[in-house]
Amino acid sequence: MKYVDDFRDPALIRQAAAEIRALADPSRRYRLMEVCGGHTHAIYRFALADLLPPNIELIHGPGCPVCVLPMGRLDDGLAVAEEHGAIFTTFGDVMRVPGRRGSPLERKSKGVDVRMVYSPLDALRIATREPDRHVIFFAIGFETTAPSTALTVLRARALGVTNFSVFCNHVTILPAVRAILESPDMRLDGFIGPGHVSTVIGCQPFSFVAREHRRPLVTSGFEPLDLLQAIVMILRQLRAGRADVENQYARVVPWDGNRAALRAIAEVFELRPYFEWRGLGFISQSALQIRDAYAGWDTERRFVVPGVRVADPKAAQCGEVLKGVLKPHECKLFGCECTPERPIGALMVSSEGACAAHYNYARRQESRREPVAVTLADTAAT
Amino acid sequence: MCLAIPGQIVERSPDHPDLATVEVSRVRRVINVALLADEPLQPGDWVLIHVGFAMSLISEDAAREQLRLLAMLGEDEEAMRELDGLPATSADTP
Repeated sequence: MKYVDDFRDPALIRQAAAEIRALADPSRRYRLMEVCGGHTHAIYRFALADLLPPNIELIHGPGCPVCVLPMGRLDDGLAVAEEHGAIFTTFGDVMRVPGRRGSPLERKSKGVDVRMVYSPLDALRIATREPDRHVIFFAIGFETTAPSTALTVLRARALGVTNFSVFCNHVTILPAVRAILESPDMRLDGFIGPGHVSTVIGCQPFSFVAREHRRPLVTSGFEPLDLLQAIVMILRQLRAGRADVENQYARVVPWDGNRAALRAIAEVFELRPYFEWRGLGFISQSALQIRDAYAGWDTERRFVVPGVRVADPKAAQCGEVLKGVLKPHECKLFGCECTPERPIGALMVSSEGACAAHYNYARRQESRREPVAVTLADTAAT
Repeated sequence: MCLAIPGQIVERSPDHPDLATVEVSRVRRVINVALLADEPLQPGDWVLIHVGFAMSLISEDAAREQLRLLAMLGEDEEAMRELDGLPATSADTP
């Protein structure tokens, strides 16, 4: 309960925690998955598991876009940039992601023209300022960032900028959730639905989770109280034998999403037949590619892409952790061979990955508890 | 990339209907508001910004909560760096 007094509305937090304890049937276990990497970060940062009874377990899902990006895609993007002397642009989150021949940051030090951008429009701006160079925007993210990439492609076409292309790695969250639900070792009781992704797609597309798989899904905000309230809402459904999609984050997430954003995505992108996810393998119709009408701004059609595949190391058990079969520290490589400094598996790559979050926060919490115990013992002795 | 940064609209430009000037913690930046074309955005409104694009219209209370949340998550400095990376005037945007 260390953080509770720092939170907004500590009384409401305690009330929500008490309600969770009252709703949870002590004779059963609850495994709830938060789909979004931002939620994973918040859950660890605020040590929310400490507020839950021991029979409620939070499983950290596939919603960290950097984590699920196959290493081969990064190698491909960098190889094209290097071969054609192009400028490789991407978000800061990608800069330290290891590729087989180094991260974008390391490749920059070896002479590849790698530049970090805060918006895809920055990449387009570089292309307009340096018309003699080709600029690749290495696009990554779920539905939260896909509309921005789509609008940037539309802008490039409107301006007639031809020295700009997008290496598209956008993925969509629904097929990943479906893949987890259809996995033979699936053992989840409910879902905390993503916040920012849902501002784009809305809550309605998650209805298959409730209808076909009979699991509750509650879209949640990122504050401690939001997440606890979402858990209350899931437990109420489970107790009543209901499975519905509900929206705890209605102050930001419209039920039907953002129509302009969905129109932009639909105009520029179509579904790929299949795409590889680190830790989950190939999932059909789970990623976006650029439509024929915009092929001129598609790196993969402007240039020959090597098509590198880098298999996840067999010893890394990312898939089991993603599906909640194993906890992060139960993986054989956790904290030894696989650390945030030298990640081997997908979930150690970004601070929003389950294993990196566990490594950064859960371990620190352990060390924080010890000095407290010493202080208490000292007090008792004096 | 996954950060949602709250900003207050301070200026709309009739010449650039897709752009707006926002202010966050006294820093002014130009963002793209095309994804909120369906909303009648006015100066004074608060929006959540992802990678330079306003994605949702939110209340002032929700914006203040989000700023506080970013600080609690230790992501406020990253958010300000991200904001600094955006253009300061609409002339800089392609």
